[in-house]
Parts: sequence; C-alpha cells; structure tokens
Amino acid sequence: MAGRGGRGRGRGQMTFNVEAVGIAKGDALPPPTLQPSPLFPPLESRPAPLPGGEELEYMLALKQELRGAMKNLPYFVKPGAPRRDIERYSDKYQVSSPIDSAIDWSPDWRRLPRELRIRVRRLRPGPPHAPPAAALLPKCKQRLALDKEEAIKKLESLEKKEEEVTSEEEEKEEEEEGKEEEEEEYDEEEHEEETDYIMSYFDNGEDFGADSDDNMDEAVY
Amino acid sequence: MTQAEIKLCSLLLQEHFGEIVEKIGTYLIRTGTQPLRMIVNDTGLSLDQVKKALCVLIQHNLVTYQLQKRGFVEYEAQCKRVLRILRYPRYIYTAKTLYNDTGELIVEELLLNGKMTMSAVVRKVADRLTETMEDGKTMDYADVSSTFVRLADTHFVQRCPLVPEAAETPEVPPPPAPTLVINEKDMYAVPKLNLVGKGKRRRSCDEDENHEHKAKKHKKDGEDAEPPPDDGIYWQVNIDRFHQHFRDQGIVSAVANRMDQTSSEIVRTMLRMSEVTTSSSAPYTQPLSSNEIFRSLPAGYNIVKQVLDQYLTLLADDPLEFVGKSGDSGGGMYTFEDFMGFLALSHFSLPIPIHWFNYFSLPLRFGSRCARIFRLLLRKKHLEQKQVEDFAMIPAKEAKDMLYKMLSENFVSLQEIPKTPDHAPSRTFYLYTVNILSSARMLLHRCYKSVANLIERRQYETKENKRLLEKSQRVEAILASMQATGAEDVQLQEIEEMITAPERQQLENLKRNVNKIDASENQVDETIFVLESFIESTLKKP
Repeated sequence: MAGRGGRGRGRGQMTFNVEAVGIAKGDALPPPTLQPSPLFPPLESRPAPLPGGEELEYMLALKQELRGAMKNLPYFVKPGAPRRDIERYSDKYQVSSPIDSAIDWSPDWRRLPRELRIRVRRLRPGPPHAPPAAALLPKCKQRLALDKEEAIKKLESLEKKEEEVTSEEEEKEEEEEGKEEEEEEYDEEEHEEETDYIMSYFDNGEDFGADSDDNMDEAVY
Repeated sequence: MTQAEIKLCSLLLQEHFGEIVEKIGTYLIRTGTQPLRMIVNDTGLSLDQVKKALCVLIQHNLVTYQLQKRGFVEYEAQCKRVLRILRYPRYIYTAKTLYNDTGELIVEELLLNGKMTMSAVVRKVADRLTETMEDGKTMDYADVSSTFVRLADTHFVQRCPLVPEAAETPEVPPPPAPTLVINEKDMYAVPKLNLVGKGKRRRSCDEDENHEHKAKKHKKDGEDAEPPPDDGIYWQVNIDRFHQHFRDQGIVSAVANRMDQTSSEIVRTMLRMSEVTTSSSAPYTQPLSSNEIFRSLPAGYNIVKQVLDQYLTLLADDPLEFVGKSGDSGGGMYTFEDFMGFLALSHFSLPIPIHWFNYFSLPLRFGSRCARIFRLLLRKKHLEQKQVEDFAMIPAKEAKDMLYKMLSENFVSLQEIPKTPDHAPSRTFYLYTVNILSSARMLLHRCYKSVANLIERRQYETKENKRLLEKSQRVEAILASMQATGAEDVQLQEIEEMITAPERQQLENLKRNVNKIDASENQVDETIFVLESFIESTLKKP
C-alpha cells in the first residue's frame, strides 16, 4: 500500500527504482489482474510429441497389463454388494459377491498385529463324507444369524476355489480354536440338500429383458 | 505432504486396490499415525473392511505398524512408497533388460504381491513361463531359482524384516503386534532350498476339471500338510537399488550426450566399481585411482592408459564439476561427485529440447530463448537486467518480458544487494538469480499435479465410453467362443458387424488417447525420479 500514496500522480510509484529492474519511463505496463487466472489457459506453444521407441512402448503395455492384473487379484478390495431394497426369496440361493469381511488370500498372520486378524470360523468336522469346506467368517457374535445365510451363499463359491486353502486352515484352526467350533452348530450338509437344483443353473429372471435384443449370447439355461 | 501428493496417492490406490483401500490409505496419509479405532471412527467404514484394507496395505509395504509403549498399535502410511506404484513398469522392464524374462516375471510377481517366499515365487514364475512355452516344454525350478539368487546377490530383491524368534514362556501372552527385525547381513542371504520341480501348464480345456485336478494334486503333494522349508522368510523388491540403477543409467547417458561414447564408458566403469562401496544415498563416491579404473574397464575396450588419463582429466575439468580429482596416488584419484546435481543440471542445460519434461517446464512453456536465459543465470549465478540482455543476445524488450514471466512463475528470483545501509531502492542492485533447489521443488510439485490430472482424464475417458467398451468385450467373447466351436466365416463376419464403423472409430480414438495418456504418465514419472533424487541428495549433505 505504500506505493499508493501518489493518487493519480504519474503511473504509480513503486518502492524501488523501477529503472533498475528495466521498466523504462513511459513503457506500457500490463493491465492489473482482476480475477483468478483461467482454468484452462490457452497454450502458447504446443507440447512436443511424446518420444516413441520400443522400450517405451513395452513399458506402456506393461503398465496397462499391470492395471488389469491388479483388478483381478484378491488384493483389490471390492465393496460388498449393496443390500437390495426388499429381501427376495432367491437371495438365499444366489451366489453373491464376496462379503465384506472375507479375505480371499491368507496373509501370514504371524507378521500382522493381532487386532487385524479376521477369525476363521470352523465348522464342526462332520461325518467324513461331508465336504470339509470352511467359510472365512468374522468372529462377531451379533452377526451369527446373518452369517448363516451368507455362509451358505459363500459356500458354493468358496468350496471349489478354496479347498486347498481351507484344508491348511483346518489344521491350524483346529488346534487353536477348538472352543469356537461349538458355537457353530448347523449342519452344512442339511442346507445343501434342501434344494435339488444346481445353483448355477438358477436364473431368477431378473436379467430377462435387460439385455438388448441384438445380443446373441448363448442361452443361459 | 502436499495436496498434490495426497491426491496422486489416492488416485493410485484407487486404481490398483479399489475404493475401500483408497479411503483408508488416504485417511492415513492425511492424518498421520493412527490406531485402528480412530481409523474406523473417522472413515465410517466397517471394522472388517478396515481390517481387510490394512492387511492389504501392510502386505504391499504401503503401511507400517508400530507397537506403542502403552500396548496399542498405530498404523502409518508411507506416502512416498505409494507414489512408487507409478514406477512399477519401469522396475519390471529394467529387470527384463538385466535378467531376461525370468527376472522380469520374478520382479513382477513380487510387486503384484508385495511380499512372497522364495519357494512361492519360484513356483509361480515357473508356471507362468511354462504357459508361454511350446507344448511339451516346461520351465525347470532350478533355472528360476538361479535367477532369483542372482537378483538377491545384486541386491535387487531383499528380505523383509522377520518375526523375532519367540522364546517366551506360555504364560506370557504374545504381544499384540510383532516387532519385525532384520539384520544387515541377512538382508540378501538366500535360504538353502532344494526346489525341485517343473512348471505346470494349465490346461485350457474344462476349467472345473482343472480345479479339481489341481486341488487333488496339492493334497497329494502334501504341500499343505507341512509348511514350506523357507516359511516365514519373505522377499520384497529393493526399490532403492533400482533407483541407483536408474541414476547410473541417467548419468552415463548424460555423459554420452555431453561428451562421447568413450567417456560414458569410463563413467559407467567408475560407477560400477562404486556400486558396492557406496550406499545408494551417498552424494559422492569413494575415490578411485585411475589404475583401478584402467584395470576395470570392460574387456572389449582397448584404450591406452594415457588416453584414459586424458579422458579423466577432461572429465575433471568439465565446468559442471561432476568428477573431482583428489590426489595423485595411483595415477590420480577421481571421485564422482554430486550425482544428482549433475544429472539435474545436465537436464537443464542440454541444448537439445528436453521434450520429456512435461509442458509445464521451461523451454516448452516459454520458448527456447527463456531456456537460454535460464541456463545463463545458472552459469553466472547473479546477473543484472542489462547483463542478461547482453549475454543472452536477446533484445531488451523481449528479455524483460521473459524475465518477468519467469519471475511470476518463480523460476527466477530477484536478489537485492544494497549499496548503502539504508537500503534505498535507487541505490540498490537488483540481480536476477536462479535458485535451483526451489525451482526443482516447484517443478516436482507440478509433476505430481500433472500426473494426477492425467490419471483423472484417463479415467474420465474410459468412463465416458464404458458402454461401448463393454459391448466390444462381449462381441470379442462371442467371437472367441464361436471360433472355438468352429463357426463359418460368414457367421463370424456377422458378429463383427455388430460393432458399427463409427463405433469402431470411437474405440480407436479411445485406445489412442488412453495410450497417449499412459505414455505421458510414464514420461512424467521419469522427471519425477530425477527431481526427487536431486532434492533428496541435497538434503543428505554430510
């Protein structure tokens, strides 16, 4: 503000000698700026073209592959399926997306703080012919009821994929958490046999009409 | 952490790990070290989601935890490490140039999974390589193991800190969190494993059959019955070592540009000799005698000792002072000084347009004459207005204009030198000067911003065309399945025509744009590397 003392006198006095900086007397100064600079100012000079070359193209391909690969890894945490507005009968038998609390890979729990551990709930080892599938479920007791339903949905998808993981877990968990097994009492076999239909064949008709008619996908039975 | 860095981190986390992990990661970066409770409260996510995300982040070395004295655990995000995700392709490509496909896949698996045991890596890489080989051939575990050992010997992969051997009595409960330790000398020690086997090819026929088959096989192998021999010994990629490699590469090519091929070879030799004696963050190397250098030159290079000495003298006399002569014993001791200053300066002062600087940087934004003024100021340190015009040979009006533009963007600054004690403006020198450190920081900040913008733009482009992309994927899937079942050309043609010509054009455009943006991201990351290393090297002056 000090330089504004000379109101109207000359162009505007500065505190320092303007000639030293190079503004000669009578030179036109750019007009004062009254608004923030534009968001997309026009480019005065175009950017140079990107360099090409085998090396850079390879890295480009690598980058895109990595991106795609990471989306499919278990480390990519997808948010749980949003709850439907009303509960439908078919929900019980549909294979749902992975529930929030399950971890699809097994970290080395020894290296992690104990509080991060998501407990594996083991079913009571049933009769030998029952497939020993385990669901990775949280320990919270409040979710016991919900868990049963979710466990059923989870079982179908986990059963095939995770047999090897769970057999590992079986051995560890049986030693450590024998007492927890008593909490889980339902017999998984019973639920499985409740329907004679193969789950993957079930189509509740919701997708009907959603596909465009030009779509020539193979028919889903 | 600047806003630009936080924004970039959050975009990278979201792209590679999903929104839940992104939310938690960003929260930790913004607020610092936090216990689990706080994270759950402040992010509003469920406890299990937070746990899951933290496990993922810790697995990938993006978050570390610490057991506090009062018995609870606090988590801290490593912002710099998150930014490295941008550089993964460069690490993988470097591994490929040094150790071929095997090395490339080893580094890729380690980067994708964060940490792995050696046996797990070897198995996976062998399987992947077997997939790509011709029918009937398989990749032997021994080959993969030997490449792994070489990577460990040259320090490109290192061991993760270990859980300490717990010699606790059963009454003492284990601590809520292990404190991981690693011994310097153990960091690259490869466990003695006897990995025998070959890669397994995955049959492309019935997927279900394959799963069952695999499951049975695993049971038979008994791998699950007992832990692998190197259980608990995890490996990770040693990012600093890769950075050292990039730096050396950059220096060698800068020398080659500035002088000639032979001098760059000499410099490469010097750097190679210093690899083991100098830590990656040291600003200069130990002195090397010219005799040693002569002995270590690559076998194919026949230059006489005198010629070598001449070259060394030339390097030492270079005005940029990146090689210093420090004594005459052994034919003259030479040190490589100020790596990053040299690298940064050489990028600023190369007369060739530095086109890989993003377009916020000097020559492209303001024109090559501004770059000339900038270089001049770098050389001469301080100059008056008049002197700038004279030395740069630019007419006064334009020189003024450029100087003010650069001043307003903070590329140059004014230094006042008073002639009289009262600092009267009319009797003060005003000198233009360049503060390279602050310019570097400012450019770096712009780089972060530009990468974040690039990523956002790419995501926007992809989202706009989502419907079309999905349609084209479906068509491709149909085509593939029809070809597998042996359809006629006419039918295939019909299906191809489901995508109309303008749609095809649109897809082409999209692909081209996405490629361009991805390539730009890689380019900007190169600049980020140079600038970050430079700034870091100035911070570490002894």
